[in-house]
Amino acid sequence: MEKEDLKNKITELLPSATFEEGEWLTVNVEAKDWPAFAQQLRNDDSLFFNYLFCLTCIDWKTHLTMVYHLSSTRYRYNIVVKSKLDRNHPEIETASKIWKTAEFHEREVYEMFGVNFINHPDLRLLILPDGWEGKKPLLKDFEDPVNMIRL
Amino acid sequence: MYRQTEIISDDSESPSPGGFGEAGDLIINVGPQHPATHGVLHLVITLNGETIKKVEPHLGYIHRSIEKMCESLTYRQFIYVTSRMDYLSAHINNHACALCVEKGLQLEIPHRAQVVRVLLDELTRIASHELWWGALAMDVGAFTPFFHAFRERETINDIMEETCGARLTMNYFVPGGLMADIHPNFQKRVKEFISLYKLKIKEYDELITGNIIFQNRMKNVGYLSAEDAISYGCSGPTARGSGLSCDIRKLYPYEVYDKISFNEVIENGGDSFARYMVRIKEMNESIKIIEQLIDNIPEGDFQAKTKVVLKLPKGEFYSRVETARGELGVFIVSEGGTTPYRIKFRSPGFSNLSALDHMARGSKLGDLIAMMGTLDLVIPDIDR
Repeated sequence: MEKEDLKNKITELLPSATFEEGEWLTVNVEAKDWPAFAQQLRNDDSLFFNYLFCLTCIDWKTHLTMVYHLSSTRYRYNIVVKSKLDRNHPEIETASKIWKTAEFHEREVYEMFGVNFINHPDLRLLILPDGWEGKKPLLKDFEDPVNMIRL
Repeated sequence: MYRQTEIISDDSESPSPGGFGEAGDLIINVGPQHPATHGVLHLVITLNGETIKKVEPHLGYIHRSIEKMCESLTYRQFIYVTSRMDYLSAHINNHACALCVEKGLQLEIPHRAQVVRVLLDELTRIASHELWWGALAMDVGAFTPFFHAFRERETINDIMEETCGARLTMNYFVPGGLMADIHPNFQKRVKEFISLYKLKIKEYDELITGNIIFQNRMKNVGYLSAEDAISYGCSGPTARGSGLSCDIRKLYPYEVYDKISFNEVIENGGDSFARYMVRIKEMNESIKIIEQLIDNIPEGDFQAKTKVVLKLPKGEFYSRVETARGELGVFIVSEGGTTPYRIKFRSPGFSNLSALDHMARGSKLGDLIAMMGTLDLVIPDIDR
Protein backbone atom coordinates (compact mmCIF):
# COMPACT_ATOMS: atom_id res chain seq x y z
CA MET A 1 0.00 0.00 0.00
CA GLU A 2 1.37 3.39 -0.94
CA LYS A 3 1.25 6.49 1.20
CA GLU A 4 -1.74 7.77 -0.76
CA ASP A 5 -3.75 4.55 -0.31
CA LEU A 6 -2.95 4.57 3.38
CA LYS A 7 -4.21 8.12 3.56
CA ASN A 8 -7.48 7.20 1.86
CA LYS A 9 -7.95 4.21 4.08
CA ILE A 10 -7.45 6.29 7.22
CA THR A 11 -9.78 9.02 6.00
CA GLU A 12 -12.37 6.30 5.54
CA LEU A 13 -11.91 5.15 9.14
CA LEU A 14 -11.73 8.59 10.68
CA PRO A 15 -13.04 11.44 8.51
CA SER A 16 -11.96 14.09 11.00
CA ALA A 17 -8.27 13.13 10.73
CA THR A 18 -5.91 15.67 9.19
CA PHE A 19 -2.59 14.91 7.57
CA GLU A 20 0.89 16.38 7.60
CA GLU A 21 3.77 15.97 5.20
CA GLY A 22 6.79 14.09 6.46
CA GLU A 23 9.00 11.09 5.93
CA TRP A 24 6.11 8.90 7.04
CA LEU A 25 2.42 9.58 6.84
CA THR A 26 1.51 11.75 9.81
CA VAL A 27 -2.05 11.72 11.10
CA ASN A 28 -3.50 14.25 13.52
CA VAL A 29 -6.34 12.96 15.65
CA GLU A 30 -8.27 14.44 18.51
CA ALA A 31 -7.66 12.95 21.93
CA LYS A 32 -11.29 11.80 22.19
CA ASP A 33 -11.01 9.87 18.91
CA TRP A 34 -7.74 8.20 19.86
CA PRO A 35 -8.98 5.07 21.75
CA ALA A 36 -11.28 3.89 18.96
CA PHE A 37 -8.83 4.90 16.24
CA ALA A 38 -5.98 3.04 17.96
CA GLN A 39 -8.11 -0.11 18.09
CA GLN A 40 -8.81 0.17 14.38
CA LEU A 41 -5.15 0.74 13.52
CA ARG A 42 -4.19 -2.37 15.44
CA ASN A 43 -7.03 -4.67 14.45
CA ASP A 44 -7.93 -3.71 10.89
CA ASP A 45 -6.62 -6.48 8.66
CA SER A 46 -5.38 -4.18 5.92
CA LEU A 47 -3.55 -1.89 8.35
CA PHE A 48 -2.35 -4.14 11.18
CA PHE A 49 -0.14 -1.64 13.01
CA ASN A 50 1.00 -4.02 15.73
CA TYR A 51 4.40 -2.56 16.63
CA LEU A 52 4.57 0.65 18.62
CA PHE A 53 8.22 1.55 18.38
CA CYS A 54 8.22 5.02 19.83
CA LEU A 55 5.89 6.98 22.08
CA THR A 56 6.71 10.45 23.23
CA CYS A 57 5.42 13.92 23.89
CA ILE A 58 6.45 17.41 22.77
CA ASP A 59 5.90 20.58 24.78
CA TRP A 60 4.93 23.45 22.45
CA LYS A 61 4.46 25.92 25.34
CA THR A 62 0.84 26.50 24.26
CA HIS A 63 -0.11 22.85 24.12
CA LEU A 64 1.36 19.37 24.33
CA THR A 65 1.51 16.92 21.45
CA MET A 66 1.54 13.17 21.92
CA VAL A 67 3.46 11.38 19.18
CA TYR A 68 3.01 7.67 18.45
CA HIS A 69 5.27 5.96 15.93
CA LEU A 70 3.65 2.78 14.66
CA SER A 71 4.77 0.12 12.30
CA SER A 72 3.26 -2.99 10.85
CA THR A 73 5.33 -6.16 10.97
CA ARG A 74 3.11 -7.71 8.32
CA TYR A 75 3.06 -4.98 5.67
CA ARG A 76 6.15 -3.03 6.76
CA TYR A 77 4.69 0.42 6.59
CA ASN A 78 5.11 3.10 9.19
CA ILE A 79 2.80 5.79 10.41
CA VAL A 80 2.97 8.64 12.89
CA VAL A 81 -0.09 9.56 14.93
CA LYS A 82 -0.23 12.86 16.76
CA SER A 83 -2.70 14.19 19.20
CA LYS A 84 -2.91 17.68 20.62
CA LEU A 85 -3.48 17.97 24.37
CA ASP A 86 -4.46 20.84 26.62
CA ARG A 87 -1.32 21.95 28.46
CA ASN A 88 -3.04 22.63 31.78
CA HIS A 89 -4.99 19.38 31.96
CA PRO A 90 -3.31 16.96 29.57
CA GLU A 91 -5.37 13.79 29.38
CA ILE A 92 -5.56 10.96 26.89
CA GLU A 93 -6.67 7.34 26.91
CA THR A 94 -3.89 4.84 27.50
CA ALA A 95 -2.60 2.72 24.62
CA SER A 96 -1.17 0.08 26.96
CA LYS A 97 -4.17 -2.21 26.49
CA ILE A 98 -3.37 -2.43 22.78
CA TRP A 99 0.43 -2.23 22.74
CA LYS A 100 1.88 -3.41 26.03
CA THR A 101 5.12 -1.50 25.54
CA ALA A 102 3.09 1.69 25.97
CA GLU A 103 2.78 0.96 29.68
CA PHE A 104 6.42 1.87 30.33
CA HIS A 105 6.58 4.66 27.78
CA GLU A 106 3.44 6.27 29.16
CA ARG A 107 4.80 6.15 32.68
CA GLU A 108 7.84 8.03 31.40
CA VAL A 109 5.69 10.64 29.65
CA TYR A 110 3.53 10.92 32.79
CA GLU A 111 6.45 11.83 35.02
CA MET A 112 8.29 13.99 32.51
CA PHE A 113 5.30 15.90 31.10
CA GLY A 114 2.48 15.25 33.54
CA VAL A 115 0.15 13.72 30.97
CA ASN A 116 -2.61 11.75 32.67
CA PHE A 117 -3.26 8.47 30.89
CA ILE A 118 -6.82 7.41 31.54
CA ASN A 119 -7.24 3.73 32.48
CA HIS A 120 -3.50 3.14 32.69
CA PRO A 121 -2.99 0.06 34.91
CA ASP A 122 -0.12 1.42 36.97
CA LEU A 123 0.54 5.12 36.51
CA ARG A 124 3.42 5.89 38.88
CA LEU A 125 6.89 7.38 38.67
CA LEU A 126 9.29 5.13 36.79
CA ILE A 127 12.59 6.94 36.39
CA LEU A 128 12.37 9.86 38.82
CA PRO A 129 12.78 9.23 42.55
CA ASP A 130 10.00 9.53 45.11
CA GLY A 131 8.97 13.06 45.89
CA TRP A 132 9.14 14.28 42.30
CA GLU A 133 5.40 14.11 41.78
CA GLY A 134 4.17 17.36 40.34
CA LYS A 135 7.49 18.56 38.92
CA LYS A 136 7.74 17.86 35.22
CA PRO A 137 11.35 18.07 34.08
CA LEU A 138 10.85 17.96 30.32
CA LEU A 139 8.39 20.85 30.20
CA LYS A 140 9.98 23.95 28.74
CA ASP A 141 9.26 26.12 31.78
CA PHE A 142 10.70 23.66 34.29
CA GLU A 143 13.00 25.34 36.80
CA ASP A 144 14.74 23.47 39.56
CA PRO A 145 16.81 25.57 41.95
CA VAL A 146 19.11 22.71 42.94
CA ASN A 147 19.63 20.38 40.03
CA MET A 148 19.11 22.66 37.04
CA ILE A 149 21.28 21.69 34.12
CA ARG A 150 22.47 24.71 32.20
CA LEU A 151 24.93 24.27 29.39
CA MET B 1 11.20 3.04 46.20
CA TYR B 2 13.57 0.76 48.04
CA ARG B 3 11.69 -1.67 50.24
CA GLN B 4 12.89 -3.67 53.16
CA THR B 5 12.80 -7.39 52.58
CA GLU B 6 9.58 -8.43 54.19
CA ILE B 7 6.94 -11.09 54.33
CA ILE B 8 3.53 -9.62 53.69
CA SER B 9 1.31 -10.13 56.70
CA ASP B 10 -2.46 -9.92 56.87
CA ASP B 11 -2.42 -6.42 58.33
CA SER B 12 0.13 -4.88 55.91
CA GLU B 13 -1.07 -1.48 54.77
CA SER B 14 0.32 -1.59 51.29
CA PRO B 15 0.76 -5.24 50.41
CA SER B 16 3.31 -4.69 47.68
CA PRO B 17 4.12 -2.14 45.01
CA GLY B 18 1.09 -1.61 42.85
CA GLY B 19 -1.15 -3.38 45.36
CA PHE B 20 0.02 -6.77 44.21
CA GLY B 21 0.61 -9.84 46.31
CA GLU B 22 -1.14 -11.54 49.21
CA ALA B 23 -0.35 -12.57 52.75
CA GLY B 24 2.65 -14.86 52.92
CA ASP B 25 4.38 -13.45 49.86
CA LEU B 26 7.94 -12.30 50.21
CA ILE B 27 9.22 -9.03 48.81
CA ILE B 28 12.90 -8.77 47.99
CA ASN B 29 15.12 -6.26 46.25
CA VAL B 30 17.60 -7.22 43.57
CA GLY B 31 19.91 -4.32 43.00
CA PRO B 32 20.58 -1.44 42.58
CA GLN B 33 24.01 -2.79 43.52
CA HIS B 34 23.88 -6.36 42.33
CA PRO B 35 26.53 -7.93 40.10
CA ALA B 36 24.01 -9.68 37.87
CA THR B 37 22.16 -6.52 36.89
CA HIS B 38 25.34 -5.16 35.26
CA GLY B 39 24.70 -1.68 36.51
CA VAL B 40 22.33 0.17 38.74
CA LEU B 41 19.07 -1.55 37.91
CA HIS B 42 16.73 -2.09 40.81
CA LEU B 43 14.11 -4.83 40.75
CA VAL B 44 11.50 -5.27 43.44
CA ILE B 45 10.38 -8.87 43.26
CA THR B 46 7.32 -10.42 44.81
CA LEU B 47 7.93 -14.07 45.54
CA ASN B 48 5.79 -16.95 46.59
CA GLY B 49 8.22 -19.52 47.89
CA GLU B 50 10.79 -19.43 45.13
CA THR B 51 8.32 -18.64 42.35
CA ILE B 52 8.24 -15.15 40.95
CA LYS B 53 4.84 -13.46 41.06
CA LYS B 54 5.91 -10.05 39.90
CA VAL B 55 9.05 -8.22 38.85
CA GLU B 56 8.92 -4.49 39.09
CA PRO B 57 11.85 -2.53 37.68
CA HIS B 58 12.77 0.78 39.29
CA LEU B 59 14.87 2.88 37.00
CA GLY B 60 16.64 6.18 37.23
CA TYR B 61 19.72 5.43 39.29
CA ILE B 62 21.84 6.62 36.37
CA HIS B 63 19.30 8.98 34.80
CA ARG B 64 21.10 12.08 33.51
CA SER B 65 18.22 13.57 31.58
CA ILE B 66 20.14 13.39 28.34
CA GLU B 67 17.05 14.44 26.38
CA LYS B 68 16.77 17.69 28.34
CA MET B 69 20.50 18.29 28.12
CA CYS B 70 20.47 17.89 24.35
CA GLU B 71 17.91 20.68 24.04
CA SER B 72 20.64 23.18 24.92
CA LEU B 73 23.41 21.59 22.87
CA THR B 74 24.09 22.29 19.21
CA TYR B 75 23.83 19.63 16.52
CA ARG B 76 27.59 19.16 16.63
CA GLN B 77 27.76 18.94 20.42
CA PHE B 78 24.87 16.63 21.31
CA ILE B 79 26.42 13.59 19.65
CA TYR B 80 29.10 13.40 22.34
CA VAL B 81 26.51 12.91 25.06
CA THR B 82 24.94 9.98 23.25
CA SER B 83 28.09 7.84 23.53
CA ARG B 84 27.28 7.70 27.22
CA MET B 85 23.89 6.10 26.70
CA ASP B 86 24.67 2.62 25.46
CA TYR B 87 28.38 2.78 26.19
CA LEU B 88 28.99 -0.67 24.71
CA SER B 89 27.86 0.45 21.29
CA ALA B 90 28.97 4.06 21.40
CA HIS B 91 29.72 4.17 17.69
CA ILE B 92 26.25 3.00 16.76
CA ASN B 93 24.60 5.61 18.99
CA ASN B 94 26.67 8.30 17.32
CA HIS B 95 25.73 6.81 13.99
CA ALA B 96 22.01 7.17 14.67
CA CYS B 97 22.43 10.83 15.65
CA ALA B 98 24.67 11.63 12.71
CA LEU B 99 22.17 9.97 10.35
CA CYS B 100 19.31 11.99 11.79
CA VAL B 101 21.15 15.30 11.41
CA GLU B 102 22.24 14.34 7.89
CA LYS B 103 18.64 13.50 7.05
CA GLY B 104 17.62 16.97 8.16
CA LEU B 105 20.39 18.64 6.19
CA GLN B 106 19.85 16.32 3.20
CA LEU B 107 23.54 15.65 3.23
CA GLU B 108 25.16 12.99 1.10
CA ILE B 109 28.22 11.59 2.84
CA PRO B 110 31.30 10.28 1.02
CA HIS B 111 31.44 6.61 0.18
CA ARG B 112 34.63 6.12 2.16
CA ALA B 113 32.99 7.42 5.31
CA GLN B 114 30.00 5.12 4.78
CA VAL B 115 32.17 2.03 4.51
CA VAL B 116 34.30 2.92 7.53
CA ARG B 117 31.17 3.62 9.54
CA VAL B 118 29.78 0.18 8.76
CA LEU B 119 33.12 -1.45 9.58
CA LEU B 120 33.33 0.26 12.95
CA ASP B 121 29.67 -0.49 13.69
CA GLU B 122 30.27 -4.19 13.14
CA LEU B 123 33.47 -4.21 15.19
CA THR B 124 31.50 -2.52 17.97
CA ARG B 125 28.78 -5.13 17.67
CA ILE B 126 31.31 -7.92 18.07
CA ALA B 127 32.94 -6.21 21.04
CA SER B 128 29.56 -5.72 22.67
CA HIS B 129 28.49 -9.31 22.10
CA GLU B 130 31.84 -10.54 23.44
CA LEU B 131 31.30 -8.68 26.68
CA TRP B 132 27.73 -9.95 26.87
CA TRP B 133 28.93 -13.50 26.32
CA GLY B 134 31.54 -13.34 29.07
CA ALA B 135 29.19 -11.63 31.50
CA LEU B 136 26.32 -14.04 30.83
CA ALA B 137 28.54 -17.03 31.47
CA MET B 138 29.71 -15.43 34.70
CA ASP B 139 26.11 -14.75 35.75
CA VAL B 140 25.22 -18.41 35.43
CA GLY B 141 28.33 -19.56 37.23
CA ALA B 142 31.17 -20.02 34.74
CA PHE B 143 34.09 -17.72 35.37
CA THR B 144 36.61 -18.70 32.67
CA PRO B 145 34.71 -17.42 29.60
CA PHE B 146 34.94 -13.87 30.88
CA PHE B 147 38.71 -13.90 30.39
CA HIS B 148 38.42 -15.47 26.95
CA ALA B 149 35.91 -12.85 25.87
CA PHE B 150 37.98 -9.97 27.16
CA ARG B 151 41.09 -11.25 25.41
CA GLU B 152 39.41 -10.81 22.01
CA ARG B 153 37.56 -7.67 23.00
CA GLU B 154 40.86 -6.07 23.96
CA THR B 155 42.08 -6.46 20.37
CA ILE B 156 39.05 -4.51 19.13
CA ASN B 157 39.56 -1.86 21.80
CA ASP B 158 43.14 -1.44 20.61
CA ILE B 159 41.94 -0.90 17.05
CA MET B 160 39.43 1.65 18.30
CA GLU B 161 42.06 3.43 20.36
CA GLU B 162 44.35 3.76 17.39
CA THR B 163 41.72 5.05 15.01
CA CYS B 164 39.27 6.93 17.25
CA GLY B 165 41.45 7.88 20.19
CA ALA B 166 39.26 6.20 22.79
CA ARG B 167 38.55 2.70 23.94
CA LEU B 168 34.99 2.91 25.18
CA THR B 169 33.18 6.21 24.66
CA MET B 170 34.32 6.96 21.15
CA ASN B 171 33.14 10.07 19.34
CA TYR B 172 34.28 9.41 15.84
CA PHE B 173 31.13 9.86 13.76
CA VAL B 174 30.14 13.45 13.11
CA PRO B 175 27.42 14.89 10.87
CA GLY B 176 28.91 14.69 7.41
CA GLY B 177 31.16 11.69 7.88
CA LEU B 178 34.04 10.89 10.18
CA MET B 179 35.98 13.14 12.49
CA ALA B 180 39.34 12.05 11.07
CA ASP B 181 40.67 9.58 8.57
CA ILE B 182 41.38 6.03 9.66
CA HIS B 183 44.79 5.12 11.04
CA PRO B 184 47.23 3.67 8.44
CA ASN B 185 47.37 0.45 10.48
CA PHE B 186 43.59 0.03 10.52
CA GLN B 187 43.22 -2.51 7.72
CA LYS B 188 46.18 -4.58 8.83
CA ARG B 189 45.01 -4.80 12.42
CA VAL B 190 41.41 -5.60 11.53
CA LYS B 191 42.65 -8.47 9.37
CA GLU B 192 44.78 -9.70 12.24
CA PHE B 193 41.71 -9.58 14.43
CA ILE B 194 39.63 -11.58 11.94
CA SER B 195 42.16 -14.41 11.83
CA LEU B 196 42.46 -14.39 15.63
CA TYR B 197 38.70 -14.40 16.02
CA LYS B 198 38.19 -17.33 13.68
CA LEU B 199 40.65 -19.31 15.70
CA LYS B 200 39.02 -18.48 19.01
CA ILE B 201 35.31 -18.67 18.23
CA LYS B 202 35.57 -22.46 18.25
CA GLU B 203 36.66 -22.26 21.88
CA TYR B 204 33.50 -20.38 22.70
CA ASP B 205 31.32 -23.21 21.49
CA GLU B 206 33.48 -25.83 23.18
CA LEU B 207 33.48 -23.97 26.47
CA ILE B 208 29.87 -22.93 26.78
CA THR B 209 27.44 -23.57 23.92
CA GLY B 210 27.73 -27.32 24.02
CA ASN B 211 28.01 -27.50 27.79
CA ILE B 212 25.12 -29.48 29.22
CA ILE B 213 25.00 -27.52 32.49
CA PHE B 214 24.82 -24.26 30.60
CA GLN B 215 22.15 -25.58 28.24
CA ASN B 216 20.02 -26.70 31.15
CA ARG B 217 20.25 -23.25 32.68
CA MET B 218 19.20 -21.63 29.39
CA LYS B 219 16.65 -23.87 27.70
CA ASN B 220 12.96 -23.33 28.41
CA VAL B 221 13.78 -20.30 30.52
CA GLY B 222 12.21 -16.90 29.98
CA TYR B 223 9.91 -17.82 27.13
CA LEU B 224 8.75 -14.90 25.01
CA SER B 225 6.38 -15.55 22.12
CA ALA B 226 6.61 -13.60 18.87
CA GLU B 227 3.26 -11.87 19.56
CA ASP B 228 4.46 -10.71 22.98
CA ALA B 229 7.79 -9.59 21.54
CA ILE B 230 5.88 -7.38 19.09
CA SER B 231 3.46 -6.12 21.71
CA TYR B 232 6.24 -5.23 24.16
CA GLY B 233 8.14 -3.45 21.40
CA CYS B 234 11.15 -5.74 21.70
CA SER B 235 13.84 -5.45 19.07
CA GLY B 236 17.27 -6.75 18.28
CA PRO B 237 18.48 -10.21 19.29
CA THR B 238 15.82 -10.35 22.02
CA ALA B 239 13.02 -10.25 19.45
CA ARG B 240 14.88 -12.27 16.83
CA GLY B 241 15.21 -15.07 19.38
CA SER B 242 11.41 -15.22 19.28
CA GLY B 243 11.30 -15.55 15.51
CA LEU B 244 10.50 -11.93 14.71
CA SER B 245 12.30 -10.44 11.75
CA CYS B 246 13.28 -6.95 12.91
CA ASP B 247 16.83 -6.23 11.79
CA ILE B 248 16.90 -2.56 10.79
CA ARG B 249 19.98 -3.24 8.69
CA LYS B 250 17.83 -5.48 6.48
CA LEU B 251 14.42 -3.80 6.70
CA TYR B 252 15.43 -0.15 6.40
CA PRO B 253 19.02 -0.30 5.14
CA TYR B 254 21.28 2.64 5.80
CA GLU B 255 24.80 3.38 4.53
CA VAL B 256 26.06 0.39 2.52
CA TYR B 257 24.13 -2.38 4.26
CA ASP B 258 21.98 -2.97 1.18
CA LYS B 259 25.05 -3.63 -0.97
CA ILE B 260 26.63 -6.36 1.14
CA SER B 261 25.48 -9.89 1.72
CA PHE B 262 24.76 -11.08 5.22
CA ASN B 263 21.97 -13.01 6.87
CA GLU B 264 19.52 -11.87 9.44
CA VAL B 265 19.84 -14.40 12.26
CA ILE B 266 16.47 -15.64 13.46
CA GLU B 267 15.81 -18.38 16.00
CA ASN B 268 12.35 -19.64 16.81
CA GLY B 269 12.89 -21.01 20.32
CA GLY B 270 11.82 -17.87 22.18
CA ASP B 271 13.74 -18.93 25.28
CA SER B 272 17.05 -17.75 26.70
CA PHE B 273 18.99 -20.29 24.68
CA ALA B 274 17.50 -19.01 21.41
CA ARG B 275 18.51 -15.45 22.29
CA TYR B 276 21.97 -16.77 23.15
CA MET B 277 22.32 -18.49 19.78
CA VAL B 278 21.18 -15.37 17.91
CA ARG B 279 23.99 -13.33 19.40
CA ILE B 280 26.63 -16.00 18.84
CA LYS B 281 25.61 -16.34 15.18
CA GLU B 282 25.39 -12.57 14.79
CA MET B 283 29.06 -12.27 15.65
CA ASN B 284 29.85 -14.55 12.71
CA GLU B 285 27.64 -12.45 10.42
CA SER B 286 29.47 -9.32 11.55
CA ILE B 287 32.77 -10.96 10.68
CA LYS B 288 31.34 -11.73 7.22
CA ILE B 289 30.44 -8.06 6.73
CA ILE B 290 33.88 -6.91 7.85
CA GLU B 291 35.59 -9.38 5.51
CA GLN B 292 33.63 -8.05 2.55
CA LEU B 293 34.49 -4.45 3.26
CA ILE B 294 37.96 -4.39 4.74
CA ASP B 295 39.77 -4.70 1.40
CA ASN B 296 37.31 -2.44 -0.36
CA ILE B 297 37.55 0.83 1.53
CA PRO B 298 37.26 3.36 -1.29
CA GLU B 299 39.66 6.25 -1.60
CA GLY B 300 38.34 9.76 -1.17
CA ASP B 301 37.21 12.22 1.45
CA PHE B 302 36.27 11.06 4.90
CA GLN B 303 33.95 13.98 5.48
CA ALA B 304 31.49 15.94 3.40
CA LYS B 305 31.77 19.70 3.33
CA THR B 306 29.45 21.16 5.95
CA LYS B 307 28.85 24.59 7.38
CA VAL B 308 30.51 25.40 10.67
CA VAL B 309 27.16 26.06 12.34
CA LEU B 310 24.55 23.47 11.51
CA LYS B 311 20.93 24.52 11.32
CA LEU B 312 18.24 21.96 10.68
CA PRO B 313 15.15 23.13 8.81
CA LYS B 314 11.86 23.25 10.68
CA GLY B 315 10.38 19.81 10.91
CA GLU B 316 10.64 16.38 12.43
CA PHE B 317 13.29 13.81 11.65
CA TYR B 318 13.53 10.21 12.71
CA SER B 319 16.41 7.83 12.13
CA ARG B 320 16.70 4.22 13.15
CA VAL B 321 19.74 2.00 13.39
CA GLU B 322 20.44 -1.47 14.70
CA THR B 323 22.64 -1.38 17.78
CA ALA B 324 23.99 -4.49 19.48
CA ARG B 325 20.86 -4.47 21.65
CA GLY B 326 18.20 -3.63 19.10
CA GLU B 327 16.60 -0.71 17.41
CA LEU B 328 17.78 2.74 18.43
CA GLY B 329 15.59 5.57 17.22
CA VAL B 330 16.52 9.23 17.29
CA PHE B 331 13.61 11.63 16.94
CA ILE B 332 14.55 15.28 16.47
CA VAL B 333 11.99 18.07 16.44
CA SER B 334 13.55 21.16 14.96
CA GLU B 335 12.31 24.73 15.02
CA GLY B 336 14.97 25.83 12.56
CA GLY B 337 17.55 26.80 15.16
CA THR B 338 21.01 25.53 16.01
CA THR B 339 19.78 23.31 18.82
CA PRO B 340 17.04 20.67 18.76
CA TYR B 341 13.69 21.81 20.13
CA ARG B 342 12.96 18.35 21.44
CA ILE B 343 14.89 15.16 21.10
CA LYS B 344 13.78 11.66 21.95
CA PHE B 345 15.95 8.58 22.10
CA ARG B 346 14.00 5.40 21.65
CA SER B 347 16.42 3.08 23.37
CA PRO B 348 16.23 -0.66 22.74
CA GLY B 349 16.88 -1.60 26.37
CA PHE B 350 13.90 0.34 27.67
CA SER B 351 11.41 -1.61 25.58
CA ASN B 352 13.18 -4.93 26.07
CA LEU B 353 13.13 -4.46 29.84
CA SER B 354 9.38 -3.91 29.81
CA ALA B 355 8.98 -7.54 28.73
CA LEU B 356 10.94 -8.84 31.73
CA ASP B 357 7.95 -8.93 34.10
CA HIS B 358 5.94 -10.93 31.59
CA MET B 359 8.81 -13.36 30.96
CA ALA B 360 9.67 -13.91 34.60
CA ARG B 361 6.22 -14.56 36.07
CA GLY B 362 5.86 -18.12 37.23
CA SER B 363 9.50 -19.05 36.93
CA LYS B 364 12.06 -19.55 39.67
CA LEU B 365 14.15 -16.76 41.14
CA GLY B 366 17.41 -18.36 39.99
CA ASP B 367 16.24 -18.27 36.37
CA LEU B 368 15.71 -14.52 36.51
CA ILE B 369 19.45 -14.00 36.20
CA ALA B 370 19.59 -16.15 33.07
CA MET B 371 16.72 -14.11 31.60
CA MET B 372 18.27 -10.76 32.39
CA GLY B 373 21.56 -11.99 30.99
CA THR B 374 20.06 -12.80 27.62
CA LEU B 375 18.12 -9.53 27.45
CA ASP B 376 21.57 -7.92 27.43
CA LEU B 377 20.56 -4.88 29.44
CA VAL B 378 22.82 -1.85 29.58
CA ILE B 379 21.43 0.41 32.27
CA PRO B 380 22.61 3.84 31.05
CA ASP B 381 20.85 2.99 27.79
CA ILE B 382 17.59 2.36 29.65
CA ASP B 383 17.74 5.38 31.94
CA ARG B 384 19.27 7.88 29.47
